[in-house]
Amino acid sequence: MTSLSSRLKGRSELGVAALLGAAGALVLLDAARLVTPYSQSDPVGPKTLPVIVGALLLVSAVMLAVNVLRGGHGEAEAGEDVDLSHPADWKTVLPLAGAFIANILLIDWAGWVISGTVLFWGSVWALGSRHYVRDGLISLALALLTFYGFYLGLGIALPAGLLEGIL
Amino acid sequence: MDILSSLMDGFATALTPINLLYALIGVILGTAVGVLPGIGPAMTVALLLPVTYVLEPTSAFIMFAGIYYGGMYGGSTTSILLNTPGESSSVITAIEGNKMAKAGRAAQALATAAIGSFVAGTIGTALLVVFAPIVVQFAVSLGSPSYFAIMILALLAVTAVLGASRLRGFASLGLGLAIGLVGIDSVSGQRRLTFGQPLLADGLDIVVVAVAIFAVGEALWVAAHLRRTPLQIIPVGRPWMGKEDWKRSWKPWLRGTALGFPFGALPAGGAEIPTFLSYVTEKRLSKHPEEFGKGAIEGVAGPEAANNAAAAGTLTPMLALGLPTNATAAVMLAAFVQFGIQPGPLLFANEGPLVWALIASLFIGNTLLLLVNLPLAPVWAKLLRLPRPYLYAGILFFATLGAYSVNLQSFDLVILLVLGALGFMMRRYGLPVLPLILGVILGPRLEKQLRQTLQLSAGDVSGLWSEPIAVVVYILVGIILVWPLLLKTWRRARPRQLAAVGTFADSPLVDGPLADSPTAARSTAHSPTAADSTAARDRQAVATDGQENADTHADTHVSNGQEKQ
Repeated sequence: MTSLSSRLKGRSELGVAALLGAAGALVLLDAARLVTPYSQSDPVGPKTLPVIVGALLLVSAVMLAVNVLRGGHGEAEAGEDVDLSHPADWKTVLPLAGAFIANILLIDWAGWVISGTVLFWGSVWALGSRHYVRDGLISLALALLTFYGFYLGLGIALPAGLLEGIL
Repeated sequence: MDILSSLMDGFATALTPINLLYALIGVILGTAVGVLPGIGPAMTVALLLPVTYVLEPTSAFIMFAGIYYGGMYGGSTTSILLNTPGESSSVITAIEGNKMAKAGRAAQALATAAIGSFVAGTIGTALLVVFAPIVVQFAVSLGSPSYFAIMILALLAVTAVLGASRLRGFASLGLGLAIGLVGIDSVSGQRRLTFGQPLLADGLDIVVVAVAIFAVGEALWVAAHLRRTPLQIIPVGRPWMGKEDWKRSWKPWLRGTALGFPFGALPAGGAEIPTFLSYVTEKRLSKHPEEFGKGAIEGVAGPEAANNAAAAGTLTPMLALGLPTNATAAVMLAAFVQFGIQPGPLLFANEGPLVWALIASLFIGNTLLLLVNLPLAPVWAKLLRLPRPYLYAGILFFATLGAYSVNLQSFDLVILLVLGALGFMMRRYGLPVLPLILGVILGPRLEKQLRQTLQLSAGDVSGLWSEPIAVVVYILVGIILVWPLLLKTWRRARPRQLAAVGTFADSPLVDGPLADSPTAARSTAHSPTAADSTAARDRQAVATDGQENADTHADTHVSNGQEKQ
């Protein structure tokens, strides 16, 4: 057990292999459900590509798992603002995702102006800005500007939601 | 003469005030996003797709052309002023450019990059004008079997040749192809991978997929690893060059162009290999080899020109064959489809005015870039100081807006978040993004060609290699696939002391110019599988020399900061 757990330690990349495997299995299962009517005009049928793709995913899953267990690992992506010397900072990512989800829940009901404000303000806060009032004003201005910009400039009516009639 | 008159017509379209305005917007927007970390031209084009529906396709593509070249230019500004290249193709520029900037020659570095980009972009676009119609003439005679083969080649080349790990490239390709499968099969009318969800029946919108992977994935990834100490930005005035700088720059520009264009035009193009080759060439030919690694102007001029010429080259297969080989070209191809324009060899025949206006606007965009960016360089340097919370919150905000405005349904935002999480995971575990995007875009077209091929041969598999071009292409595919194995056997066969001298004895000219840059510091990851690292070989040579020791045997990666999307 200890050898297994020590081998698994630091091998979170196996999760990627598992995900690839699951995706491959899903594609294959879905393909199995398809019916292939015999057809002169379409000898390939709708099944062929899914089967190939599913197989590709499964093979990469297995090979990735082997690679990771033998000590390989993917190179995390670098960038101008990326500092890989500290571990992933979930205290930033989770609130950020929270702001995003809040927008999804609010957008149809409360409208873009409100949900967009929440999204931007929440994101800025999650990313570490603490100028509550200034950020709030910027958020509201951005949301209003895009709302009217899309409506007047592009003819795309973003949902007005609760503010229907006011905007 | 026919081409020339078509091109003149193109100029006539592109030079109308309104289209000039779009070109200017494109160029400025492109440079801005190229300068800003986290956003790149592909993401910008993807975000603008819904917005540009109200435009004429011609105006939209003129703007996209500006963004395409502008993004390339902006990327080099960042890598000169900051020592952290945002994209793999500007890694080389960062080596010398940043050294020059630190030595107080930022203005000259920016100037040689800008003028070199202009020269290379103009020559590259001229070559595009010459070669694209030739490729088209050749391509119209090709049937489905050849197309199928060429698409396979492009997908494999991008997956197996670019990027550090072939295995991870294939995993990414598989995911992309799977995403491309979602929706109703156009021939049999059956639903694939929709899980009974009617909103998935039309497939996943390419805008949503591209924005999720590029923008949301990137924002989440940067948020997780946000650099808390501000980066050191080198202040800069207006770029200019002295007589000596001109003398030392013009040849590298031309040589860089000559290297960049062909590589860009190949299906396995990309700008990394030519920029690297250009750097090595300039170092060998330079009269001041001792300056390399300390800020040699040739080391900025050559690679920058190669980078831009490769960008122009990439447009050749994109316009002539409908085959994108980088992320921006892939999104532009998606844009063609969204506008109801069929990409491929018939594009020149069916949409001649649009294509020629697009090409003319590439010339115009290039000139505008030079005119606009030389005076604006200090402004771009200021843009780099934008507080990061605003930058990344803004990316999320506009990503949401762009994805939502396609269909005005919040379901798309759920997809955006899920695929954004996928993009995050891919960045964390080093899965390259480009194969996924190409898989999504080329997958359905690949399947169509496969079906047409076998329909023509009445189900006989030999129909796949019924055209000579297809056979040639499959041989190339075979070579790409077995190449790492060949390389491995060849190395084993060589005496051991050669390996001790350095596995990269074939490029002895590079003596670790990256040794003290963050790229090199990050490049010491080891991987036991040869398949994993062969692709990065050339680039490794730059980064690993000097820290290479014979025991660890070459399995060192460059952290190839992926092409900024």
